[in-house]
Amino acid sequence: MDWLLDPDGTGGKLAVMLVAILLFVVVMGLILFLVDRPRRVPGWVVALAFAGPAVVMLAFGLLYPGLRTIRDSFYNRTGSAFVGLDNYVTAFTRDEFQIVLRNTAIWVIVVPLVSTLLGLIYAVVVDRSRFEKFAKTLIFMPMAISMVGAGIIWKFMYEYKPASQPQIGLFNQVLVWLGLEPQQFLLSAPANTFFLILVMIWIQAGFAMTILAAAIRAIPDDIVEAARLDGVGGMRMFRYITVPSIRPALVVVLTTIAIGTLKVFDIVRTMTGGRFETSVVANEFYTQALRQGEQGLGAALAVILFVLVIPIIVYNVRQLKQAEEIR
Amino acid sequence: MSTPLSASVPDAPLVDETVEEGSGKGIVAGLDARAGKVRRKVSSRPASIIAIVLAVLWTIPTFGLLVTSFRPPREIRRTGWWEAFANPEFTFDNYTDALFGGSTSFATYFINSLVITLPAVIIPITLASLAAYAFAWVDFKGRNLLFVAVFALQIVPIQVTLVPLLTQYVNWGIDGSFWPVWLSHSIFALPLAIFLLHNFMKDIPRELVEAARVDGAGHVKIFFQVLMPLLVPAIAAFGIFQFLWVWNDLLVALTFASGQDTAPITVRLAELSGSRGASWHLLPAGAFISMIVPVAVFLALQRYFVRGLLAGSVKG
Repeated sequence: MDWLLDPDGTGGKLAVMLVAILLFVVVMGLILFLVDRPRRVPGWVVALAFAGPAVVMLAFGLLYPGLRTIRDSFYNRTGSAFVGLDNYVTAFTRDEFQIVLRNTAIWVIVVPLVSTLLGLIYAVVVDRSRFEKFAKTLIFMPMAISMVGAGIIWKFMYEYKPASQPQIGLFNQVLVWLGLEPQQFLLSAPANTFFLILVMIWIQAGFAMTILAAAIRAIPDDIVEAARLDGVGGMRMFRYITVPSIRPALVVVLTTIAIGTLKVFDIVRTMTGGRFETSVVANEFYTQALRQGEQGLGAALAVILFVLVIPIIVYNVRQLKQAEEIR
Repeated sequence: MSTPLSASVPDAPLVDETVEEGSGKGIVAGLDARAGKVRRKVSSRPASIIAIVLAVLWTIPTFGLLVTSFRPPREIRRTGWWEAFANPEFTFDNYTDALFGGSTSFATYFINSLVITLPAVIIPITLASLAAYAFAWVDFKGRNLLFVAVFALQIVPIQVTLVPLLTQYVNWGIDGSFWPVWLSHSIFALPLAIFLLHNFMKDIPRELVEAARVDGAGHVKIFFQVLMPLLVPAIAAFGIFQFLWVWNDLLVALTFASGQDTAPITVRLAELSGSRGASWHLLPAGAFISMIVPVAVFLALQRYFVRGLLAGSVKG
């Protein structure tokens, strides 16, 4: 059994992978085979065979740990003594955590708004260009790159060398070309948070563009024609026809990016490690819970994240419901 | 773009129609379907120029790192990548060093990524399609309630689950192996996968399923022979989505597989990025080694990737 847990070399790893997949196929196959044998099986037996494994996994891997973490957030660092709201009080009052909360607020407000706005501009402009497909692919590409990869790409953009040396980072080189002093983009708070945010915007704008472009194309021709006959054009067309028509898509894009931004962790981790006052809740959770062993505090931060996500999702669902009714 | 996948579904894949009918998330994905039909093509010269400028601006950071990754280490540390055009000097050394060099050996981590990703895509998609079938086409008590519960689990951020899961894996004695990563990724993918696939399944005409039943087909046969072929586009879309998610993931891997034997390439990269040690100049090459797979997948199957995103964007 040991080699299943600790395989040797590449061959061993690939073998374990195949074993895992085969094991899964055999077990599921057996379950389905057994259910299919008797001609008339009650519905719940079939349901158990088809949905049972997934439901059990969800109960084990999401429901139970979720409840457990909520409980842990009211306990001390080892989970041995009940401390009431102490962890939350710490998370909301201690100076370093106030910076974390402030940063999270900045991220979650700036990233969705700017990405969506950029995406909207792209969607309108790129849609009417001749190189539409090519341009779209390039702008959308960061979406396929990992946030770790994006972090490294941008670290090199922000790279700093003293003015006496040649610059490595493009931004500082541009500053030098303009006759200015090179900057420590990632070290000087609070501006550094915005430079990290730029990376997330770089990733998300393509996503916003893709969805909004699809929405704009789906605006019925007759509406646009009617407006045009009435002499509406240019900016007014955009303001009074385009934007209202794609409102549901705008809501989806804004909320999706907001939720993704709340959980952003990789960028901060890769670029600054949360130092220099750049940490956000998701990163601080990782630091406290999995690096410092502060179980209670980590749990409280995770719960805070959870609670912050809920209103965005509720808003999203309500907006979509409304849009459904209008249709 | 004639990949095997797109060849089997020439036009208007199932994903669009089906999502459109679904409860909440239809609007956006539905638009994508109609978009193809209603195409006003008004191309203008200024728009074209702006589009190209934007696209180029957006690509400069990646392009810069790509150029950097081919420069000699001395040059990487000394001058900016734009200097490479004035006196071109390129080498593959960084890539061979990064892949096989003793201190970094990205090849090992690349294999780890692969070993982690394949089961973490296949298992949840299979489980989710089976569960989605049960929720869509099997009558049992409490079905709707259970489905709503699964749907609601989408809002749970994975951060909330990590520590208790880790404790559990340690208790079972499987921590530090691949099993926790496979299991965790599979679990985290389920709510969205079940929800989306359920909506696709629900939209398959009832007559089709009824007809198979009259012919004496059992649930297993209906699932594999009637529904599965129709679900290929939906499964492909979600498969790509999940593939990129797992391959690019850092948090789950850091939590459950940070040891050298199991860590995927993202973990190694993040580690290397935090240090300014002797192998710092291998960072660009390393980043591109990690990107090559997702970017290739993205370029080859962009259409499906976009669909997966459109359908998945309403994820909580």
